[in-house]
Amino acid sequence: MKIVNLDHMSANPLVPEVQEAIIAAMRGNYGNPSSQHRMGEKASEILENSRESVAGLINAAAPREVVFTSGGTESVNHAVKGLAWANADKGKHIVTSNIEHTSVIRSMRRLKMMGFQVTSIPVDEYGRVSPDDVARAIRDETILVSIMHSNNEIGTIQPIDEIAGITREKKVLFHVDAVDSVGVVPIDVQKLGVDALSFASNPFYGPTGMGGLYVRRGVKIWPLLEGGIQENNKRAGTENLIGIVGMGVAADLAIRDMESRIAHLTMLKQKLLKELPRYIDEYSINSHQQYSLPNLVSVSLKYIEGESIVLMLDDENIAVSTRSACASGSLRASHVLLSIGLSYADAQGTLVITFGADNSEEDIVRFLEALQGTVNTLRKLSPLYKKAV
Amino acid sequence: MYSKTVMDHFRNPRNSGTIEDADGVGEVGNPLCGDIMTMYLDVEDEHIKDIKFQTFGCGAAIAVSSMLTELAKGKSIEEAKKITNKDVAKALEGLPKNKLHCSNLGADALHMAIKDYEDRKAGRKISEPELSEPHEHDHEEKCYCPYCDAEIPEGVTFCKNCQ
Repeated sequence: MKIVNLDHMSANPLVPEVQEAIIAAMRGNYGNPSSQHRMGEKASEILENSRESVAGLINAAAPREVVFTSGGTESVNHAVKGLAWANADKGKHIVTSNIEHTSVIRSMRRLKMMGFQVTSIPVDEYGRVSPDDVARAIRDETILVSIMHSNNEIGTIQPIDEIAGITREKKVLFHVDAVDSVGVVPIDVQKLGVDALSFASNPFYGPTGMGGLYVRRGVKIWPLLEGGIQENNKRAGTENLIGIVGMGVAADLAIRDMESRIAHLTMLKQKLLKELPRYIDEYSINSHQQYSLPNLVSVSLKYIEGESIVLMLDDENIAVSTRSACASGSLRASHVLLSIGLSYADAQGTLVITFGADNSEEDIVRFLEALQGTVNTLRKLSPLYKKAV
Repeated sequence: MYSKTVMDHFRNPRNSGTIEDADGVGEVGNPLCGDIMTMYLDVEDEHIKDIKFQTFGCGAAIAVSSMLTELAKGKSIEEAKKITNKDVAKALEGLPKNKLHCSNLGADALHMAIKDYEDRKAGRKISEPELSEPHEHDHEEKCYCPYCDAEIPEGVTFCKNCQ
């Protein structure tokens, strides 16, 4: 039986054009873009064509403002640490939010060990950061603000343009983790006015293991990987042309199909939200109603735990994700869910459902039917479920 | 990730439910870590005539509770006291390393239920625990690292022992 994949955030399939481009690249036996001979020139041309495509996706002013990386995590590490180190002479204070991805949090933790101070701003019950809170947190010694564009667990989208207005006025660098947004919703780095932006290829159906970092011309940043002078001396290492080609094609398709993809995803999301109360009760939807990714639904199911839900749905050939402590191997419930005010128990029973271009309305119905059975079974087992008298 | 036996007990848990007027009840865990187990005992002639469980938790937690009731049912109180978390993990054909703390919880719930039975027998218990009432499931607020079992103090998100 076909598996209904409702966990696209964990792994998106590659669309056929991307697959074919990658296979052609493998067979093409390209040279090294840094070589001086014709083989190298050809490879360099391919590299720069892909860079143009990716730069077009985020409307960077110049393609060389985009650096290819091994994924979102590398981009974030490079941005946060590279910007902090390079600008430490002006100050050592950084502002971020309570719901950032662990790559931002761990990078901040590492910087704290190196003598930087970090202020983390709380969010409201929908996961939104207040630009006023950011403005109040910025001090004379602040050199960097890092806020994510959209959150990977609840889908909430932040008021990035408002925050950028504040950082520009106060002359503080602004990095945005847009890993789950780029290629999914329109991102225009010039319009947003950010200084650095991290993104990854898989959210727009490119290969996993590829990502990008946008750094506005003139912004001082130290490299994360040092060695050769590739990527405009920003990121050493012979380029992964096979992955880069795949990412470039995926970027072109994301530009071409963004509107139709958003329409399709929005339709699926609305169907799920509308039909859910017909199948289950005692649940809550996390995320802002308006400012939210079109492909993500976060639902907290009371009285039951996430991993057990995932396993039971897996038995019905449905793949979803959870953020319970047991499932993630971490020690506590999700910091994101706790930050928006969920109780520990509700946080443990939260599913993250992410759609893709390959999902259909039938998939939603199958999921809801299976979810109903799963929730009933697990609630019967649960000491937290108070039966209505 | 899970053995066949674990998946079997997860999909087909044995002895789930509650016992009205149980002779002993034990509850352990807290939603902080994501596991709560409740064990109900029906004791006759110092033997566990019936045992039931309820669990809020992951696949391992449910499987552990189920296996525990199978190991304990029919045993004498003294024999049941000797059941350890290692016995449960072994009977389940092993658990992933980060799930071994789930087996600790199961054995704890059983031993707490036995202690409750003995307390009541000795007249030490003042009132019935109202477990069907909604009450704040704040037990000890303690959490343990699933990898090295060190205690994690409140507010800490990384295990200092493992780091």
